[in-house]
Amino acid sequence: MYDSIIIGAGMSGLAAGIRLAHFGQRVCMLERHYAVGGLNSYYRLGRRNYDVGLHAVTNYRPKGDKRGPLARLLRQLRFAWEDFGLAPQVGSRIAFPGVTLDFNNDPALLEAEIAKSFPREIDNFRRLQTEILDYGGIETPKARSSARDIVGQTIHDPLLVEMLFCPIMLYGSASERDMEFGQFSILFRSIFQEGLARPISGIRMILKKLVQRFKLLGGELRLRAGVQRITVEGGEVREIVLDDGSALAARKILSSAGWCETMRLCEMPAVVEPIESGQLSFIESVSTLNVEPRELGYKQTMVFFNDSERFDWQRPSDLADVRSGVVCSPNNFCYDSATAAGEGTMRLTARANFIRWNSLPEEEYRREKQHWYERMVASAVRFIPDFRPHVVDVDVFTPKTIRRFTGHDNGAVYGTPKKHYDGTTPLKNLFICGTDQGLVGIIGALISGITMANRHLLARE
Amino acid sequence: MSPAEIRAKVIEILADILPDDDLSQLKDDVPLREQVELDSMDFLDIVMELRKRYRIQIPEDDYIHLATLSGTVKYLEPLMKDLPK
Repeated sequence: MYDSIIIGAGMSGLAAGIRLAHFGQRVCMLERHYAVGGLNSYYRLGRRNYDVGLHAVTNYRPKGDKRGPLARLLRQLRFAWEDFGLAPQVGSRIAFPGVTLDFNNDPALLEAEIAKSFPREIDNFRRLQTEILDYGGIETPKARSSARDIVGQTIHDPLLVEMLFCPIMLYGSASERDMEFGQFSILFRSIFQEGLARPISGIRMILKKLVQRFKLLGGELRLRAGVQRITVEGGEVREIVLDDGSALAARKILSSAGWCETMRLCEMPAVVEPIESGQLSFIESVSTLNVEPRELGYKQTMVFFNDSERFDWQRPSDLADVRSGVVCSPNNFCYDSATAAGEGTMRLTARANFIRWNSLPEEEYRREKQHWYERMVASAVRFIPDFRPHVVDVDVFTPKTIRRFTGHDNGAVYGTPKKHYDGTTPLKNLFICGTDQGLVGIIGALISGITMANRHLLARE
Repeated sequence: MSPAEIRAKVIEILADILPDDDLSQLKDDVPLREQVELDSMDFLDIVMELRKRYRIQIPEDDYIHLATLSGTVKYLEPLMKDLPK
């Protein structure tokens, strides 16, 4: 009998596991995949290292800054600032037809850019920033008001509104078209007021630190240990049955598998309406170049592009929608030490439709992957230097890939649009954490695991 | 443990929670939260570390006594005086 069982060894599960093990609990963490990380993982292919999900870590603050989610989670997990090895971004861009807004980790740059391109809106933008600052912390997302309404009432130029929504929705809106103002505020702060960074060796560095710590504290991590079902008795979880048929028991269970996914494991379909699963997923490509992107004139860390004045945020009806997307080069961060010279990486991401990808026969799937890779790059190079002649290797993944390795319905990267902020379920010893609890991104997921562990699994009986 | 030893143990806990802070200058009678960046989650960690290390259970109603270093030591004294160093 364990004190706690955690389902899923992603960011939120690992953070929760460290908290529980630190305070002496006997913890077992179950992961179906053979690697940890979930939505933020890594793999090796053709002698190259790849990250999944990681463009950049948001909520960056330099060493010594003791406020904000990054400092808080480092304290809670007893890590030193240096442990995550974060290097800040060089600078990023929002690119729409005929107008760009540059930003970096100093909010003054975005303000100056808006003052230059939208002089009549700068005071309104400052008012919006104040409203966002007043809106409560990352741990307490609560309001259910429309971000489109609030931002639209404050900023009058519709183009500026779209340009602000573009990176924010691409970076974490689980709901289509509109989002809660609370979620908008959290993401706005994490991107524009705090900032972007990356560990020099990618996400594997953070994951290895987390796993190492969890094990050092006596935590038990079982890979290739998928949960087949959760048996229920008297309003409580009785046993966790694994894919191999064996069963485990614990006083409390914390699941990062997702809300709908977890409820289905409990064989309580009545609780889950099908509409609750998230619909937004991505096609993503990682192109390896024989030059560094900056030698081609690509100097940004990220470019969020959109090719019309209106930014659409919904599941595409086609396999993908490449009218907008994210470009990111992991080369363009301010690293202390040099990266491998002579090679570059360009990562491209665009919205995609899980059902369409999932229904393709194998051969067609492969063909479409190549086809949409080409279309995505062709769309992006309208906003950035054309890197195509320098591509030496490509890997592409689709919503189907994400679904396969994370188990999340529809490969939905930001989870269900209906968040479960308090983390409780109809079963009194089962709780959820991760993207469906309410916080997305690497830092958000870590905070989710920490707060849910504190509130529900460490609380005194 | 003597009051001085209890104080040292509390500082030890604070140092683990706030590795980047200089705690040598802490004033005993000024609220801790005015001297170091200590949010409610960190504050709860002091309580949990005391439970983990010394098996001391502090009810929520008593948290008010832990605002300052001197208050904390005074509150812990009867609970920790019989513990070995």
